[in-house]
Amino acid sequence: MTTKTSTPEATISADEALPIIRITRDFAATPAQLMRAHLDPDLFARWVGPDGMDTKIDVWDVRDGGSWRYVAGRDGQDFGFRGCFHRIGDDTIVQTFTWEGMPEDVALETLRFEDLGDERTRLHAQSLCDSFEGRDAWLRSGMEVGVEQGYAKLDRVLADGTGA
Amino acid sequence: MADQLSLVFSALADPTRRDLVARLTVADATVNELAEPYEVSVQAISKHLKVLEDAGLVTKGRKAQTRPVHLEAEVFDLMTAWIERYRRRAEQRYQRLDAVLAELKDVGPRRPDVPTTPRTEGSAS
Repeated sequence: MTTKTSTPEATISADEALPIIRITRDFAATPAQLMRAHLDPDLFARWVGPDGMDTKIDVWDVRDGGSWRYVAGRDGQDFGFRGCFHRIGDDTIVQTFTWEGMPEDVALETLRFEDLGDERTRLHAQSLCDSFEGRDAWLRSGMEVGVEQGYAKLDRVLADGTGA
Repeated sequence: MADQLSLVFSALADPTRRDLVARLTVADATVNELAEPYEVSVQAISKHLKVLEDAGLVTKGRKAQTRPVHLEAEVFDLMTAWIERYRRRAEQRYQRLDAVLAELKDVGPRRPDVPTTPRTEGSAS
């Protein structure tokens, strides 16, 4: 259930006992810079993706208890996401996350920025979903390739990376 | 297929079932063999195996008497594939973040005597 690659690629694990997804990733930046890239709406919109989609920030109230909302669009299709900055600490962001297509499914995200020194920072991102079904929906989300098309096609896509 | 993945994750949410699966990675085994190390009844183990079977994780052999339980490894491949797919998308996102961070550095180093307060920058009022 765990896929690991050598640094600096992201490492992910899906907990078997809890509906949690954990990702870690190292960055060549200070924790403050990484924090800024997460909290500055203009910077955030540039990287959050997904690839090939434009992100428009709608609401961005960066404070404990403030809410956020952005819309990712492609070919006239819009996908809204929203949540609440529950707590912004010195090296942590705790927030809720909802895709508006499933407005009652809420994930609790904890982002921790670990200072590795020498202008390097390790991001620890944990998403706690409210059910295994919700978590698994996240793992499945964004698939351009229909599941019905079977293992073989999925394997091909993964192997050559075109569907990533 | 999507439902199968949910069944798989649910089936593996139980520690006894995870243990059974771990043992089946070594070799096929009969229900009695599988039940042996546990203090619970063979019937209880059979129920666990039924859950694993419904999720497509294991199958029972057709040999009349013993019907050894067999682990269906490709189901794990499917899960690994989903998770890897998700990881790749996260990695793509973080590579875009790398580029943004590189730009932040190019703008010039912060003066060390000026504390950064990223939570107020360009955003909240």
